[in-house]
Amino acid sequence: MTEINTPPEPPEAKTIEIPETARTLPSGEREFMLDVSTSDLEVNMGPQHPATHGVMRILIRTDGEVVTGGQVHLGYLHRCAEKIGENVEWLQYLPYTDRYDYLSAMNNNLGYSLAVEAVMGVEIPRRATLLRTICAELNRIGSHLIAFGTYGLDIGAFTPFFYCFREREWMMALFEKICGARLTYSYIRIGGVFNDAPVGWLKEVERFCDVFEEKWQEYYDLLVVNHIFVQRTAKIGVITPEMAVDYGLTGPMLRGSGIDFDLRRDMPYMAYGEISKAGVYDVPLGRGEKGELGDCWDRVYVRVQEMMESIKIIRWCLGCIEDGPVIGDIPKVLKVPPGEAYVGIENPRGELGHYVASDGGKVAKRCRVRGPSFCNVAVLEKLLPGTFLADSVAIIGSTDVVIGETDR
Amino acid sequence: MNLMALEAATAGNAFTELLGGIAPEGTPTWALWLGAAGAGVGILVAFVSLVAMFSVWLERKVSAHIQCRYGPMYAGGWHGWAQTLADGVKLLLKEDMIPLGADKPLFMLAPALVLGAIFGALVALPLAPGFFFADVNMGLFLILAFSSLTTIGVVMAGWASNSKWSLYGAMREAAQVVAYEVPLGVSLFVPLMVAGTFSLTEASAAQAGWFGMHWFIFQNPFMLPAFIIFFIAALAETKRAPFDLPEAESELVAGFMTEYSGIRWSFFFMEEYAAMFLMSAVGVVFFFGGYHSPLTALFPEEATTGLLYQLVCAGTLIVKSFVGVFVMMWLRWTLPRLRIDQVMSMGYKYLTPLALVCVLGAAIWETIFA
Repeated sequence: MTEINTPPEPPEAKTIEIPETARTLPSGEREFMLDVSTSDLEVNMGPQHPATHGVMRILIRTDGEVVTGGQVHLGYLHRCAEKIGENVEWLQYLPYTDRYDYLSAMNNNLGYSLAVEAVMGVEIPRRATLLRTICAELNRIGSHLIAFGTYGLDIGAFTPFFYCFREREWMMALFEKICGARLTYSYIRIGGVFNDAPVGWLKEVERFCDVFEEKWQEYYDLLVVNHIFVQRTAKIGVITPEMAVDYGLTGPMLRGSGIDFDLRRDMPYMAYGEISKAGVYDVPLGRGEKGELGDCWDRVYVRVQEMMESIKIIRWCLGCIEDGPVIGDIPKVLKVPPGEAYVGIENPRGELGHYVASDGGKVAKRCRVRGPSFCNVAVLEKLLPGTFLADSVAIIGSTDVVIGETDR
Repeated sequence: MNLMALEAATAGNAFTELLGGIAPEGTPTWALWLGAAGAGVGILVAFVSLVAMFSVWLERKVSAHIQCRYGPMYAGGWHGWAQTLADGVKLLLKEDMIPLGADKPLFMLAPALVLGAIFGALVALPLAPGFFFADVNMGLFLILAFSSLTTIGVVMAGWASNSKWSLYGAMREAAQVVAYEVPLGVSLFVPLMVAGTFSLTEASAAQAGWFGMHWFIFQNPFMLPAFIIFFIAALAETKRAPFDLPEAESELVAGFMTEYSGIRWSFFFMEEYAAMFLMSAVGVVFFFGGYHSPLTALFPEEATTGLLYQLVCAGTLIVKSFVGVFVMMWLRWTLPRLRIDQVMSMGYKYLTPLALVCVLGAAIWETIFA
């Protein structure tokens, strides 16, 4: 029993020794506990969380509001899409491609079709090529609208989301008219497209372009240059150009860091070589206008500008489209000659590559997908440490990840 | 409890007068006071509930029309006016859930504390010259003190929930409370100097007259900046966007309310709307003429004690306050959310010094010109 009247011995001054068992934080520091210290809080952001855009789980370690480490866990939506590709017939696999990046299903159809066509070496009719281009670019607009709208939600602005959905609704109605589906289209087929555009459809696309250009200014004024939005996104989650290349980022994530690389122009497929030569569109790049090069604002800016560039491409296609067949000479039961091909296309999120190999049968021997979201999301672990919790949501949103495609 | 003081505070209160008129001869004063207090509490609860319900409906319609939607259109017939009522019934019938690891007493106390604080604050608000629950001579202090009490409820809820997201919300609330409470209080010194009183009834009465003539906002060039500072701080006080960090749904799921459901959750919800009304009413009383309007100025001097005049005054104050509530909703559905460090730097670095400058300027102005 201690005497109450005698003061306790003052504790000896100790040098802090970090034990061998101490954890290493993602920031490189060693974690240690003092007698009076706060401990980090580990929290699972997801799989059910409003900011993870699906069933992504991010294990975040925080010290108060500051994130000291983050680890991305994927695989909650794994559906063996690639393996299924090796078990069903060539054409039967097409609907499965709709379902990995469900926000840009047209582009997925296109990527797979181009890969199979590259093995087969078939001729695609001109009208089909242009219809494919129009659909892919329309779908790019729709996908960027979601990316931009939900990014507004992440930052706390609700209204731009609804404005984005207003235009996306029209885009989906256009697709419904051309192929009957609103989300999983399977419109672009091996050898061309499934069906010709209905009467008046191209006129309506033109009207959509006119209206969209007007509405685009609304998004720009309401959110992109909003002072609070700029404050929240500029200088946050900076990806330097070197880092972007090292992590194999593609799409707006790469161009947001100022690297001028667009598969549509640099590895042209379909009519894009012609379009690029004609100088129809520019490739928007992040310039660090509001903060540093490669911050969240730059990535959002690139996406918003790309919507307008897509409109230019659509207008060019509408200008030169002529009547004709929409599907090449493709047999009912498709047999692909032996061979292999890898085709990468510019998906709204980056390079979507399809690798297919055939041994001459009705079923693919090998079917693999290189998903842009899957590669882009890897950079999160590097970006998250040292940010605020609110910033981490902004950074996750700026990668524009679609879980269906990371997990496939 | 000093009954005499309470009696003095409620003297002139419409209920005491009314009960004094109808009660039989010889009823003791304390009975009269108790009766008046009971009636007052009943009316206050009904009033807060009605204001909150109307605000919820208004928010739905405002947000819907801002976002190119219709909002509720079916419940009750005309533009879904009964939607909140239907939701209230649903919330009332929901299962009463308390998480296993939660601190049960605190968990149950928090929503009651939050809502009770708003009731307490509304006591000092005069709707009309004779239509108030208590004429507290330090009314503004009472309101600010009670509305700060809601913060304790929020922190309590966040801690008691035993959830990490709730804890983050509570932590944010505790961190940002100092940042906005100081400019909120300091900016109100400016109208206080013009009014010369803390009492809301006296401040309202001092602004009588034709349109705007005697409104405090026009009395002094420092009133407008003070009002803007007050309004920004009031947005933070009511946890509204762009300062809705404690419940930031895209970051913290629902912040301090994550584990709450059913009627307990609706208490927090009601508190938010009642607090919006309260803050905007305080702004109206201290900047925009209280219950005075051109309509009330039409009444001749002898009619100002009549019931009609009182009702017109109350209506005026409620309409003016809802204009403020509407602006708060408008901002919420337009602006993104700030980050915690931005809220704090705004409070400490900009609002507080600016508010102090306003106070200094107003003091000099009042000394020279008034």
